[in-house]
Amino acid sequence: MAEIVAGIGISHVPALGPAVDAAVNGQDVNPQMKAFTDVGGWLNETKPDVLVVIYNDHGASFSFDLVPTFAIGAAESYLPADEGFGRPALPEYPGDADLSWHIIDSVVPEGFDLTICQNLDVDHGFSTPMKVLYGVPETWPVKVIPLAVNVVQQPTPSARRCFDLGKAIGRALRSYPKDTRVAVIGTGGMSHQLQGERAGHINPDFDQQFLSEIVSDPENLASLSNPDYINLAGSEGAELVMWLIMRGAMEDNVETGLSGYVIPVANTAAGVVAMQNA
Amino acid sequence: MSEKPELSFEDIPGTYVFDGRRSRMGYPLNKMSAALNNQADRESFQNDPEAFMDRYKLSDEQREAVRTRDWLSMIKHGGNIYFAYKIGVMDGLTVQQVLAAMTGTSAEEFKEMMSNGGRQPNG
Repeated sequence: MAEIVAGIGISHVPALGPAVDAAVNGQDVNPQMKAFTDVGGWLNETKPDVLVVIYNDHGASFSFDLVPTFAIGAAESYLPADEGFGRPALPEYPGDADLSWHIIDSVVPEGFDLTICQNLDVDHGFSTPMKVLYGVPETWPVKVIPLAVNVVQQPTPSARRCFDLGKAIGRALRSYPKDTRVAVIGTGGMSHQLQGERAGHINPDFDQQFLSEIVSDPENLASLSNPDYINLAGSEGAELVMWLIMRGAMEDNVETGLSGYVIPVANTAAGVVAMQNA
Repeated sequence: MSEKPELSFEDIPGTYVFDGRRSRMGYPLNKMSAALNNQADRESFQNDPEAFMDRYKLSDEQREAVRTRDWLSMIKHGGNIYFAYKIGVMDGLTVQQVLAAMTGTSAEEFKEMMSNGGRQPNG
């Protein structure tokens, strides 16, 4: 049977990749960067075969022509998207279409009506965490399943809905008959705002509360409304609800492997937390 | 939060929540910006921005905002930052430079504010 071996919440701001590189090379001595430089090694020790990566698209694959609330990749492979700079020099991501379809066949009958994508380019929301975890390898050492969430156009799915979807994905993964080790990665955040007169908003108190409660009290985080998230975490930081999908897939009781928080990475507060089922 | 009255999007200061109303208003602008994911369209935009804006039927306010790179006006007229930034990419700007311009500060001042912990809540 499949096993969920790790859950990680991690920011996906593009500047996080270079910031981690600088820390690895000793150019940045901020001790809080250690959790970001260590998280890839931590994940490797859990020996995952597949990562379910929960992220949002930033106008690369989905424009406002078509905004799926939840869209899951069900392809044999995924290309890094051209977001305006040309296609990034990253290897193609190998998919696990069998497991994608198992998730789809499990959660849609439960009432989570996923959009199914057999051709999906993934943008920095997906690639930044992959680079933090693995650098830029010749080939990626794991298969991936992208799950794109609309956190851009209101009404976005509530924190509660995200948490519940995560629980359904957790049930789906645990019922997969193949011996597969799966890690679930929730991306985005932490507090930041990239628009309006309040651009530059950072809320360290809320971020620290979130980092703590994503482990110990996700129910409380699931109870906050969309306006609460935008008010507290910023209009773009509200994407933190994606971490609740990861947390929902984990058991109620988890143990923290590592945790870190840095202000700023570019215009964003960056956070990471890694956990295993207790 | 339970003892407080329920918060609405309109209560959040300095923030233009991207909802259905703004997405409908901003559709032409965001549609045009999304086209900038393609190299051929990036060249078309750079060669003749007016013709490119004609193609996507931007409103007069949206055209003027794009012409003058008035980022706050783009947001107010339905632009979404992830899409509008693709225009900034054409100009070689970082997100931070766009945000500085949007908030009427210099890039240096904005960078310093972020390095000092960002714009604090209610600040």
